[in-house]
Amino acid sequence: MSELEQLQNPAPEPLPELSFREQFKERFDFAWTYIFLVLIGMIVFFSIWHGEKFFDTRNFRNIALDASQLMLLAVGGTFVIITAGIDLSVSAVLVFSAVVGAKVMSNLSGTPEQVRNYEFPTQNVGIPIGLAVAILCGLAWGILNGLIVTKLKLPPFIVTLGTLGMALGLAQIISGGASVPYVPYDVQTEIGARKVFGFLPVLVIVTAVVVIIAMIALSLTRFGRYTFAIGSNAAAARRAGINVDRHLIKVYAVSGLLAGLAGAMDLARFATASTSTHSADNLNAISAVVIGGTSLFGGIGSIFGSVVGTFIPAVLRNGLVIGGINPFWQQVAIGAILIVAVYIDQRRRKASERM
Amino acid sequence: MSAPVPVLEARGISKSFGAVQALDDVNLEVFPGQIVALIGDNGAGKSTLINCLTGVFPPDSGELIFDGNAVHLHSPQDARALGIETVYQDLAVAPHLDSAANIFLGREQLKPGLLGKLGFLDNTFMMEETEGELKRLRVRIPDPRRRVFTLSGGQRQSVAVARSVKWASKVVIMDEPTAALGVAQSQMVLDLVREVRNSGIPVVFISHNMPHVFEVADRIVVLRLGTVVTELDPKTDTIDQAVSWMTGSTTASSMPGSKAA
Repeated sequence: MSELEQLQNPAPEPLPELSFREQFKERFDFAWTYIFLVLIGMIVFFSIWHGEKFFDTRNFRNIALDASQLMLLAVGGTFVIITAGIDLSVSAVLVFSAVVGAKVMSNLSGTPEQVRNYEFPTQNVGIPIGLAVAILCGLAWGILNGLIVTKLKLPPFIVTLGTLGMALGLAQIISGGASVPYVPYDVQTEIGARKVFGFLPVLVIVTAVVVIIAMIALSLTRFGRYTFAIGSNAAAARRAGINVDRHLIKVYAVSGLLAGLAGAMDLARFATASTSTHSADNLNAISAVVIGGTSLFGGIGSIFGSVVGTFIPAVLRNGLVIGGINPFWQQVAIGAILIVAVYIDQRRRKASERM
Repeated sequence: MSAPVPVLEARGISKSFGAVQALDDVNLEVFPGQIVALIGDNGAGKSTLINCLTGVFPPDSGELIFDGNAVHLHSPQDARALGIETVYQDLAVAPHLDSAANIFLGREQLKPGLLGKLGFLDNTFMMEETEGELKRLRVRIPDPRRRVFTLSGGQRQSVAVARSVKWASKVVIMDEPTAALGVAQSQMVLDLVREVRNSGIPVVFISHNMPHVFEVADRIVVLRLGTVVTELDPKTDTIDQAVSWMTGSTTASSMPGSKAA
């Protein structure tokens, strides 16, 4: 019997002792801390180098304004990539949304003759509906991506590569390959260039609000929990009764919606829509997300990291331009940072797979 | 002593896939406070039987009696709604979430009021419940706030078991819960299986590992080629007997005095 008793009361398995640093790393997802330090270092470096030409609120405002659209794409991309998916279509969805929004805005702001003479008698209808249509176009593409990924069970890379081509082609057909003309200027003067308190651009405020909502949604709500769970182990999530397909459709819808919002912003900033811009935004957004510590393998990520990952190229470009250095060096540097970030991610992934 | 009433009973379950008769008139009774082990060689029909019991697919014929009533399970959700939970061999946890998030996965507790309607999680409540549940089951986990991938395999499987026990009001089915684990890790899970039984929830324990089966089971049901060939008592019967029933060296005809159905 003693043997049986021994079997029934085995010595407790020794618990691994963790150093403070390990506990810190486990409790929080501080993969982005390194990259945050890189950003701070860059800001300090350029501030010392350029003085007030760089370290100036107006300059920071311009950096934030330039980064805002990419940041929206990166926020959407963070949710998608945490589910172990990818959304390559966002750059084309942005352009499609801006083009369709511009067309609708122009058509609703006056008769064809009126708008050709730059008269927009009904622009109070045209502008809000045009912007809303742009956002809804993005949402529709996002839902389409989600439906194809979940219902046809195809890899997101291929699905969104397909919708990337479709959205861009359709945008070119609708715009005739040229910039959409006859958009009321007021969209630019009243919204795109508007500054609250004479200082903060509306577009930066909208982006900041989206970022804050996304942070809360990802870290404090069930939506965020499901996003992580699906990226961590989709089969376990399914077994736990989570409707994985429905959640993934929502996540791709968010990504599309934010691309549509970025398209509406494009329209507001430039009072036109062109199919020849933003072509690399999808890859830039993905780089920003990955540089920010979100894992391409799913289950790990943060919105804050993606914000930092968006600012790094923006600050670098700005600092190089002010210093009179060829800004193409920015692309070289970001490429290298991206590779390092993925290398760190892979090592972390291996660590998490140890049993 | 009156005969105890089974919590879950499978009566005359048959299931075939094309020409393959996976189960042929199988009976299984699960009594309260018992660990019933289901053993058999590969292809004996263990998984098929479990899938019928957990609503993955319906049997071709036969019925499931649950608490005295015939039930029809159309999905794993149906089984779960009745209080039947399943633990799988392949560590069905989300490794990047902590223990509490895993135990409440798919059943998250939301904050009361408006915040809850907006989907805000009540993490404090879930963490307290998790700590209570782990303590009750004597699961030794360094800290339920730690992400599950930082735990050992046995600890992870313990989290999976704790989750099933937390939500299983009637029966826990464990499909090879120790198959992916080392010796010490397995021991941890076997202890937990006993804790579950002692808490009053019956366990259906499927395993290839005879020492594990003989260590924890109260009854052993042997499946071979889709039928129940015998039922063994781990206190009086031996592993050799079990193996010989599983492989067909011993059959009901070769042992007329056996308890075979």
